[in-house]
Amino acid sequence: MTENTKMVTLIIDGKKVEVPHGTSIMNAAELLGIKVPRLCYHPKLSVEGACRVCIVEVKGARNFIASCATPVAEGMEVTTTSPEIRQARRDIVELILDNHPKDCQTCERDGNCELQRLAYAMGVRNRYFEGEKKNYEKDLSGAAVVRDPNKCILCQRCVRVCEEVQGVTCLSQAHRGFKTVVMPAFDLPFAESVCTGCGQCINVCPTAAFLEKDSTKQVWKALADPELTVIAQFAPSVRAAIGEGFGLPPGRNMQGEVITALKLVGCDIVFDTTFGADLTIVEEANEFVQRLTKGGTLPMITSCSAAWMKYVEQFHPTILDHISTCKSPMSMVSAMTKSFYAQKQNIDPAKIFNLAVMCCTAKKYEAARPEMCDEHGRPYTDTVITTREFVWMLKSLGIDLPNLEKSEPDPVLGFATGAADIFGATGGVMEAALRTAYEIVTGETLIDINFNAVRGMKGIKEANVNVSGTEVKVAVAHGLGNARQLMRQVEDGTSPYHFIEIMGCPGGCIGGGGQPYAGTNVMPLDQNMLEARARALYNIDEHKVLRKSHENPYVQRLYKEFLGKPLSEVSHKYLHTHYKQHFPVGI
Amino acid sequence: MSDTYTITPEIEAFIEECKGKEFSKSYLIAVLHKIQAKYGFLPNNLMEEVAIRMEIPTSKVYGVATFYHMFTLVPEGKHIVNICLGTACYVKGAEQVLNSLKNSLKIDLNQTTEDGLFTLKATRCIGTCGLAPVVMVDEKVYSNVTPDDVPVIIAKYKNK
Ligand code: SF4
Ligand code: SF4
Ligand code: SF4
Ligand code: FES
Repeated sequence: MTENTKMVTLIIDGKKVEVPHGTSIMNAAELLGIKVPRLCYHPKLSVEGACRVCIVEVKGARNFIASCATPVAEGMEVTTTSPEIRQARRDIVELILDNHPKDCQTCERDGNCELQRLAYAMGVRNRYFEGEKKNYEKDLSGAAVVRDPNKCILCQRCVRVCEEVQGVTCLSQAHRGFKTVVMPAFDLPFAESVCTGCGQCINVCPTAAFLEKDSTKQVWKALADPELTVIAQFAPSVRAAIGEGFGLPPGRNMQGEVITALKLVGCDIVFDTTFGADLTIVEEANEFVQRLTKGGTLPMITSCSAAWMKYVEQFHPTILDHISTCKSPMSMVSAMTKSFYAQKQNIDPAKIFNLAVMCCTAKKYEAARPEMCDEHGRPYTDTVITTREFVWMLKSLGIDLPNLEKSEPDPVLGFATGAADIFGATGGVMEAALRTAYEIVTGETLIDINFNAVRGMKGIKEANVNVSGTEVKVAVAHGLGNARQLMRQVEDGTSPYHFIEIMGCPGGCIGGGGQPYAGTNVMPLDQNMLEARARALYNIDEHKVLRKSHENPYVQRLYKEFLGKPLSEVSHKYLHTHYKQHFPVGI
Repeated sequence: MSDTYTITPEIEAFIEECKGKEFSKSYLIAVLHKIQAKYGFLPNNLMEEVAIRMEIPTSKVYGVATFYHMFTLVPEGKHIVNICLGTACYVKGAEQVLNSLKNSLKIDLNQTTEDGLFTLKATRCIGTCGLAPVVMVDEKVYSNVTPDDVPVIIAKYKNK
């Protein structure tokens, strides 16, 4: 707070409180330990004032006012609770519920629903009104994200996150009054909209109106099929967040438990996506060095974030030659299991079922892309489930993840260096790539391998790295809205950078759209939660002996036995891809 | 189909003019009006075209177009049913006639029936107050209309 911020003194529930000018009544009350009930408010998004749940009484005002949308004023006297306010709030929540299905026991929110919690907290114990309810078709067309307008309470958080954080603005309120619906342009099916599949709308939705496309049925079926070898992999960020789905605080590394759990549900082999991350880095760092030293297109931009790929193909189609041709770690592992590993073990690739457990909803879309299929048109990754879906599966089997023993991943495509673990956090891919690129260019050993400038939750981060006398300028952005700023420069030809990392979700993959719902007292996208998840990954890295991707002995063996060298023809066949403009045009 | 509806030079000039102004995006409604005036409704391809030209996300353009009653998203029906809501007609029961029209056609004002046959509109006084309440279908004027007359009038146009 700067010295000249004007302070305002007001009285809330009889207690004096001093807050900076411009603070909302809601936030001022929080300083006194009063958490005014709320629904549409989200601290990271603009204030909508749509739900009126947060009403309080202000002396002299004729009506109750929305505390989230009203700034404090000098001498204001606020009452946050009285029999009348309580009644009015309950009426408001009851009105919302009257137009909402009574589905709580069968709802995908899995007992972790903001609307349900609010109804309980307000003391709603009866439903009196049985009138007309909205009745719309579900939109199941999206490869990643699906939509059930009947569960929507029009809080507009999804509209705001999609516009303000992601810069996609796929969603808007359309029509009016009782007929208002949140939808993409022209009420097109999601599959034909500009949606990137990032799943941030799922993260912030207080109900089950947005969900990932359910893939668990395919997984159960594959697990029950004796003909199939089910090979599982899981993303770095899954281990840092899945504990939350079982009530643990954020930031507990559950790698060992997740492997045990995957074996318990019946997977035959459990690899780790982090192996693919090491492989990605070796390919990508070599690609970068080649572009840098041989006059290729710069800045080079990373390509492992699935929502980012769809975004750039729609919103910035003129700069696709800047994007690294490397596939994502998930897609690399899948391609290797159905080629290298299948050959080695003498398994028919058609009998391999690749299951990927991901923090990300957009990976479902990535897996289905024609570019990610083999020469017969079969996807390398058969099914992607989110962290949340995996939690549901485990719960349905009574598997209590926190109390499982730890196991190690299967060798060959399971071992990873520390550089791979940090892939899940914003800046992690850049840091891992720099560790390797530096040594390729200089031929020297990098001593201080921590690139602190690219760590942390700042929206856009920059660093200059001295690589044997050459300044390499890098930038890192997370959240597609931040990415857009950097891409404008690339489009204009004014980008000062050599290398840019983009992750589609706030915080990076750790904040992915498939992560467990935030706990009872935590807001989705909460900064502390994201930081705790990131810390878990940096901790893993720090405690490893090998922390540079090119030092991974299994990656080295893979090159010796199968790929030849980085960027070889075999590498290109399995590990690289290409991009093309996608429609509709993003604006 | 979409070739039928294009941004005419006149609309294009208007968009360019709006883009030069301060708060250019607030002219979206004015631009949509121009298009509706030209084609009688807002074709999807033109809403998208406007979105691109004005750099307003398409979902927002659609949100605005569906929010205001004055915009219609479907082409006008084969027959335009106009009901006068001027004072004289109103006093003589135009509102009941309007409700009867809405019920028979199963649409609201400024909407078009699903079969594309009828669009329901309201006008101000058409200067035939002696005949109130008045309903016009295309060029033909029906006078002293009662709610019960409505289905009969509509039926005449069903097979035309
Ligand atoms: S969204 Fe929440 S309140 Fe609605 S049915 Fe699901 S659990 Fe219940
Ligand atoms: S998935 Fe992402 S891009 Fe798609 S609607 Fe949700 S927030 Fe917007
Ligand atoms: S879909 Fe969810 S987040 Fe979006 S408006 Fe509806 S309830 Fe709110
Ligand atoms: S939380 Fe304040 S109006 Fe919704």
